[in-house]
Amino acid sequence: MDIFLQQLINGLVLGSVYALVALGYTMVYGILELINFAHGEITMMGAMVALSVIGALALAAPGLPGVLVLASGLVVAIPVCVALGLVIERVAYRPLRHAPRLAPLITAIGVSIILQNVAMLIWGKQYIPFPAILPQGRHTLYGASITDVQIAILLLATAIMLLLILMVQKTRLGRAMRATAQSRQVASLMGVDVNRVIAATFAIGSALAAVAGVMVSAYYGLAHYYMGFLLGLKAFSAAVLGGIGNLGGAMLGGLLLGLIESFGAGYIGDLTGGFLGSNYQDVFAFFVLIAVLVFRPSGLLGARVVERA
Amino acid sequence: MSSALSLNKTRSRWLTFGLLALGLALLPFLVDAGLGRSWVRLLDLALLYVMLALGLNIVVGYAGLLDLGYVAFYALGAYVYAWLSSPHFGLHLPFWAVLPLGAALAALFGVLLGAPTLRLRGDYLAIVTLGFGEIIRIFLNNLNAPVNITNGPQGINLIDPVRLGSFDLSQSHALFGYTFTGIHLTYYLFLLFTLMVIFISMRLEDSRIGRAWVAIREDEIAAAATGINTRNLKLLAFAMGATFGGLAGGLFASFQGFISPESFNLMESIMILCMIVLGGMGHIPGVIFGAVVLTLLPEALRYTGDWQRNLFGRIYIDPADLRMLLFGVALVAVMLYRPAGLLPSTRRRREFADAQG
Repeated sequence: MDIFLQQLINGLVLGSVYALVALGYTMVYGILELINFAHGEITMMGAMVALSVIGALALAAPGLPGVLVLASGLVVAIPVCVALGLVIERVAYRPLRHAPRLAPLITAIGVSIILQNVAMLIWGKQYIPFPAILPQGRHTLYGASITDVQIAILLLATAIMLLLILMVQKTRLGRAMRATAQSRQVASLMGVDVNRVIAATFAIGSALAAVAGVMVSAYYGLAHYYMGFLLGLKAFSAAVLGGIGNLGGAMLGGLLLGLIESFGAGYIGDLTGGFLGSNYQDVFAFFVLIAVLVFRPSGLLGARVVERA
Repeated sequence: MSSALSLNKTRSRWLTFGLLALGLALLPFLVDAGLGRSWVRLLDLALLYVMLALGLNIVVGYAGLLDLGYVAFYALGAYVYAWLSSPHFGLHLPFWAVLPLGAALAALFGVLLGAPTLRLRGDYLAIVTLGFGEIIRIFLNNLNAPVNITNGPQGINLIDPVRLGSFDLSQSHALFGYTFTGIHLTYYLFLLFTLMVIFISMRLEDSRIGRAWVAIREDEIAAAATGINTRNLKLLAFAMGATFGGLAGGLFASFQGFISPESFNLMESIMILCMIVLGGMGHIPGVIFGAVVLTLLPEALRYTGDWQRNLFGRIYIDPADLRMLLFGVALVAVMLYRPAGLLPSTRRRREFADAQG
């Protein structure tokens, strides 16, 4: 029972991070029908920038409380990621908005290669440890343990998602985003500045990615120039699982994928009689992705028809 | 008059053909003399990539199915070769038995991957195939316990070279008074296979099947309406592409003598895709050009290390790191400025001109 509860906690924490990244994919896809392949790398950039700031601050002012240091890392990382997202949209995607579908996908791959290698040139190939600035508290709950960091990730992710839903449902920008997602042309006829809405979507997605990047590196205790690739792929799987283009779907998909991964890794050894071990953890996301696309391409919550010509 | 003209044309065509054949036959010796032995090895690799790129070109260029997991078929071909002719399982089957087996297994997996993904559109298909490639790689990486099938991340070593009877292609041989080293002989072997792949590609392009693929690429619904069996033809495209991938994989394993999952990561898939996109999708000369340029470019970039040392007295950026960065930049730049590729087919150039205007 305690193993079950432990995997549940791990899965929820991991899943809420996936959900944050998945939101970025799903928002862009909802509006542009473009898989922003570089989104995972933006997450990685967020983690790297924040870690650099945190590392420098922890050295310069060792007395500062950890939460404050972390917050200043985020304060720097979020604008950097937002700027990155905006530049990428402007340079690599906007000129190709009317080109054949393959073209923007390939530039997206190109951008993600560029970001990865720039990060490698700046921060090197080694793993960067997350400085021990955060409270290391650990609580026991019916035999399972949960750390302060995990609690913080859960709370913060929930708060951000609630805010995002509020924004999309209640504000003018949110309404413009929903209108643009339904039909770019009609929205622009109604006086929506479509280019601004698209830019805003990229900005919001990138900010979420920055937060998620910091969470991941705090959770695993390290960051790496290549971390964005797998994370992005899993988050994209989560977005597809929930129904791409659907905000609630991305959150649900993220949480589900986190749970599938942690339970899968926890129980695969018993299920296969020890033939496959927890080192297959990364495979689950891909199997889920393929299964969803084959059996229910619109995802769990998606009502959109995917098979358009 | 017209017959004389066509005779002239035929003659000049044969002349070009003859010159090309002579050039290709002499190329390794010229390169060896001019640039050094390591470049002959690169020539072998370039031929390997031409095969891979032409294989992927069938899937992406002709049928318009964006496949980002192509390297999985390459890996399967290589591992089949390694399993059946290396000390790993103690099997040493001859290459003419193993190569077709690897290609066939790759084709089978091509169909297995194709079947469930037939309904998917462009970018969804890309992600699923990418996932498939990663699944294969993760399994290759982990299937060393409890039963050691792939030897895990260490890979499989001491793979047999290509042997015809007692004629070992990896050794030097004296033929017709000249000494042919292993890499020279490998060049001719690879050239043979490459020419075969080119020939098949060309014949496919002009065939009923090839035109059906183009129709599917342009508009699947219209293609189905004209009576094309889109399901079977898409599966055939996957299978054909995978076959070439598997073949190249087997050749790669025999050439290197060592394979590990490292060689078959996503970057490799993307690199092969870059070759097609940069060269000109669906256009055989373009694809060959792209494959050769992208194989040789990293080596040429190695000289930037020397330039840096000469200019600044030290190396700021490792040329190997620079290479991937430049790949990314090239991908974006070509898509933005020459979306049809550097050597596009006339049809494609017109399509893109229409799309712009």
